[in-house]
Formats: sequence, C-alpha cells, structure tokens
Amino acid sequence: MTTTTRGTAKVTLPTDLQILITREFNAPKALVWRAYTEPELVKRWWGAGMGEMQSAEIDLRVGGTWRYVQVIPGGAEVAFHGVYREIEAPDRLVNTEVFEGLPDPDAHTGLITVTLAETGGRTLLEMRCEYGDQETRDAIIASGMEVGLQRSLDSLESVAVEL
Amino acid sequence: MARAATTTDAFNAVAELRRRQILDLLAQGERPVGDFVDLLGLAQPQVSKHLRVLREVDLVRVREVGRQRVYRLNPGPLKPLYEWLATYERRWNERFDSMDDVLDDLKAKETD
Repeated sequence: MTTTTRGTAKVTLPTDLQILITREFNAPKALVWRAYTEPELVKRWWGAGMGEMQSAEIDLRVGGTWRYVQVIPGGAEVAFHGVYREIEAPDRLVNTEVFEGLPDPDAHTGLITVTLAETGGRTLLEMRCEYGDQETRDAIIASGMEVGLQRSLDSLESVAVEL
Repeated sequence: MARAATTTDAFNAVAELRRRQILDLLAQGERPVGDFVDLLGLAQPQVSKHLRVLREVDLVRVREVGRQRVYRLNPGPLKPLYEWLATYERRWNERFDSMDDVLDDLKAKETD
C-alpha cells in the first residue's frame, strides 16, 4: 500500500525562538534514520530543488561534526555545519547547526532536535530548531527565501535568454 | 520602498504576543475596545496602545457605531509574513519529497 506523503511537511513557529518542522514518511524509522544520517543518502535529498550537493560529511558520534555544502544556481556555496550532541539511533538526534551564510555564523548557533516515531510502518519525523534569539531564527527562515528568489531569477534569466 | 517599510512594520507589529492575541480575537469578527479589556485582562490604555500600533500598519481598521469604536481585522499586510514562512516550508517539502525517493529505494533493496 502506498499512501502519498508528498508536500505534507508542516512548518510552525511554536515560540519566538523555535521552528518546528513535521513530516510523515511511508517507511519504518530505521530507514528514515539511515536516510537522515548516511552521507551518500543525505546527498540525494538535502540539496533538493536548490542545486547540487557538493559534500555531506557526517561523523556520527557524540562530539563528532557534520558539514553539508551545496552549490546553488548562480554558483554560490551554501554551507551548514555543526556538532552532534545526543545520538539515540533510530529515535532521537540532537545536534548544533551553524548557517555559514550569516555574518559571524558561530554566534548564531541553533540546536536541532530530531525525533522519529513509528506507527504501523510509517514514521513521523519531528524537527525542532531552537535559536538564541528571534533575529537569528528569522534569518534562518529568510535564507530559504533568498535562495528561492535567486532560483526564480535564474529561471527567469534562462527564459529571457531563450527569447 | 514605502511598501517594504509597511511589510517590516507589520512583522514587528505581530512580533508582540498581546497584539497577536488581539488579532486572534479580531479574526473571529468585529469587536469594541472593551472586549479586549475583558478577554485579555489588560488595562484600557494598554489595549489602546496596541490597537494604535496595529492601525498604523493597517492590520486593524476602525469604524464608529453610535458612540462606540468597533475594530476589525485587515489581514492583507500579513500576506508577506505568510509567504515568508510558506517559502521555507516549500524548501523542506522539496527536501523531504526527495527523501521519499531515497526511502523507496531502501525499501526496495530490503525486499530483494
């Protein structure tokens, strides 16, 4: 049985400092955990719609680091990195997140808590992102908008070139 | 430029909890000022201050009904705020939709 889950991610702002992202997957949590933590698998989805993944480095142990780099249309690099704080495979992952595109990035470290809950072969993923101040949280949300805008401008340009 | 400033102001206006509560109440329909005093437990001057901020960014409009001033919601200026979050949500949808494909592959390999 396949029940489509496409386009069902929900983003809410539970507090002034948080972003909460929820999404159900039609797969057991052991597989969702793999897709979320294995570099070769992460590379296949993290950059979706936003350009090629250049690298996904994951040292999955407490105190280990991660770094994802993608190249967005237009050639700019967008990179995130962080440190793993808590690892309870395949249920819970806590890590820090630094968006390297912000000025003074390390001063704007977020804490990301991902939990996976399986029911009847389906898995609910809950990702809670907490930042030190509201300005940082809003900048993280806006970063997606800038990339999206850049992408729209690029596709507009490619259309314009064809005219 | 004037438009960008309005947008920023609307963002600031809804960043305050009490003002969001006032907008939530107005989302249910028009209300006189006294309703906010009763329902939010705020003093009248505070309510008036918040309503003034909301009127300045055009999130709230007012009309006279007899001797009463009745306030109503004008949600238009919130549209950029909604779009701002919707764009971020769309990005995660693209990611997780791709993750569906990865998971389908993993499931197929498991059954091999």
